[in-house]
Amino acid sequence: MRSKPNLAFCQRPAVYAGLSLVLVALLSAGAAGDAATAASAAAATVRVTYLGKAYDEPPPLSLMQKVLTDEGLEGARLAIHDDNQTGRFLNLKFVLDEDVVPAGGDVVAKAKQILANGPAIIVADLKAPDLLAVADLPEAKNAIIFNIRSSDERLRQADCRANVFHIIPDWAMRADALAQYLIWKKWNRWFVLKGTLPSDNEYVAAVERAAGRFGGKIVDEKTYKFSTGAARSDTGYQQIQTQMPEATEGAGSYDVVWVADTDQAFGEYVPYRTYDPKPVVGTQGLIAVAWHPSYEQYAGMQLHDAFERFAKRDMTERDYTAWLAVRAIGEAAIRSGKTDVKALRDYLLSDAFTVAGDKGVGMSFRSWDHQLRQPILIAGPRAVVSISPQQGFLHPKFLTDTLGYDQPESKCKFH
Amino acid sequence: MATTIFVSNEQGNTVTVIDSKTLKTVKTIPVSRRPRGIIMNPNYKEVYVAAGDGDTIDVIDTSKLAVTRHLDSGPDPELMAVDHKGQRMYIANEDDSQVTIMDIKSGRVLGTIAVGVEPEGMAVSPDDKYTVATSESTSMAHVIDNASMKLIANVLVDTRPREAKFTADGSQVWVSSEVGGTIAVIDTKTWKIIKKIGFAVPGVRPEELQPVGMQFSKDGKLLFAALGPANRVAVIDTKTYEVKKYILVGQRPWHMALDPDGTKLYVANGLTNDLTIIDVASLEALKSVPVGRLPWGVAVMP
Repeated sequence: MRSKPNLAFCQRPAVYAGLSLVLVALLSAGAAGDAATAASAAAATVRVTYLGKAYDEPPPLSLMQKVLTDEGLEGARLAIHDDNQTGRFLNLKFVLDEDVVPAGGDVVAKAKQILANGPAIIVADLKAPDLLAVADLPEAKNAIIFNIRSSDERLRQADCRANVFHIIPDWAMRADALAQYLIWKKWNRWFVLKGTLPSDNEYVAAVERAAGRFGGKIVDEKTYKFSTGAARSDTGYQQIQTQMPEATEGAGSYDVVWVADTDQAFGEYVPYRTYDPKPVVGTQGLIAVAWHPSYEQYAGMQLHDAFERFAKRDMTERDYTAWLAVRAIGEAAIRSGKTDVKALRDYLLSDAFTVAGDKGVGMSFRSWDHQLRQPILIAGPRAVVSISPQQGFLHPKFLTDTLGYDQPESKCKFH
Repeated sequence: MATTIFVSNEQGNTVTVIDSKTLKTVKTIPVSRRPRGIIMNPNYKEVYVAAGDGDTIDVIDTSKLAVTRHLDSGPDPELMAVDHKGQRMYIANEDDSQVTIMDIKSGRVLGTIAVGVEPEGMAVSPDDKYTVATSESTSMAHVIDNASMKLIANVLVDTRPREAKFTADGSQVWVSSEVGGTIAVIDTKTWKIIKKIGFAVPGVRPEELQPVGMQFSKDGKLLFAALGPANRVAVIDTKTYEVKKYILVGQRPWHMALDPDGTKLYVANGLTNDLTIIDVASLEALKSVPVGRLPWGVAVMP
């Protein structure tokens, strides 16, 4: 019984340039169909394209962390299966097309192909520059593009786009979620240890913003220059054991080390090696994530079980955001009874829309920047420690809007 | 007359047995892993406990207060319902998107029916003709014709439907939607929703008003609905569909059962590890008594 579900709807050749959306039969809203009769009638079809790029990435610092080549994709595949489980009762079919270009590949050309015949629904497993290049194509104007990968704040702020919907939380949401927990713990003196990448600096800006919003104090900020070499040489740990105390020495009186290492260059080495015996939080140590393999509440366990049987591995954050993007489209089609991209887009932005993502509350998109509001998990390496927003942080509309950029602070202007 | 109360403890892997007169624990029965759904056979001789991680249904003999046999439920059983003759069991297999129909005596599987993702709530109509299964991820109430073992209707309800209950006359089935925050009243002639009931409590955020477990009063005039994160049980007038009262109980009330004489309601509070006793006449919470870890469901025997 624990076999891989039927993937008939997801398997297709990689190159696809057909209709983005095929309306075969009209769907009556809220209709109660019979599974048997539904199979015989022609079904209305919603087509979703997974567009990714196989970026060259450094190997993870921890050997325990596997190098995955199908991260995200397996989440989208499972969600298509879930959507079809519901769709079959409503005479509605969901199809996933998979287009992952190689590291040096031309993702824009691929996107043009996908968009050749009109607006499409794209799950974008892309870094910010590629995502913007695709979103800014004239033919993408009326598309729905889900950002499942990039936490860059600019995509929600100055570089926001009306056709982009962010499933993955940005740095601001993550920093705020962690900050709320630390304030709740009364660990409000933070020592920031950051890397040298532009994204590390962006993350630090989010930490500084969170300190200002919630009453944290950054007592010191140090930059750690990590010269990448062979991380896995035999004597690696001996050097690290002396380097990390040096890097964290002389920071004054603080409660936690807040690591800002967005590309996993050194953060994993900080816990247990600091000069003072302090907990490590941030991009490593205690982290703020949309999903975690150890999370079990609110039926999270069911999703892990389903994913593990499906993909034969743990569900990562990107698997979850891809899954949630495809579930969001499924929910929009099932609830609205519509299958054209414009109607689905309108429904995604309407007050009626919520999607359940096993985090206890219905989740919806913020109108001002199209970011999905959601609870954020505060997790250690092998267990979830808490879920933010924390008790006592209030908001007149959505508690989850205490995480990230609220409407009055938003710099996003859709054109 | 004293009633015996059985409470499944999801994290404790036990069933707590309480005497309603003394409100003391009579026995703690070890069961298979992750016990959730717990129901009584109408003949009161057996209690069935769905152990999700044990992939089994434990059968407790009520005269021995011990697990005496297991039913091969299929993977991850969460909740089930028994017909009114006590012969057939309808089991929601949460991980497999299916309902298993089983002959209780022999344990033989009579059939399986594919439903939506994560089936949970199960209810058999008073005339035993229909079974309603709710699927949490698909957000539907699936109606099974028990004779043919086929689906005859699929009703889209609000997000994450958790439980279904038929009215005593069988004319309606009520379905609670946890994340949607509503209860849908479905007409069993047309299988269409005729009413949706929402909740509002001053000072409680709307997203915390999540209905899960439900129970009709003995006279059918009231429906009790546990609003998990709001720590309250809502009392609904079944004629007007108005919410009459919100009764404060322990934290995360989940499922509940009515005393066979109809005077008391027993509510399992998941996060405070206790059971609240509600007086049905006055609609007041009388007392809470400790049970095991993460109590989930309740079954009673006169």
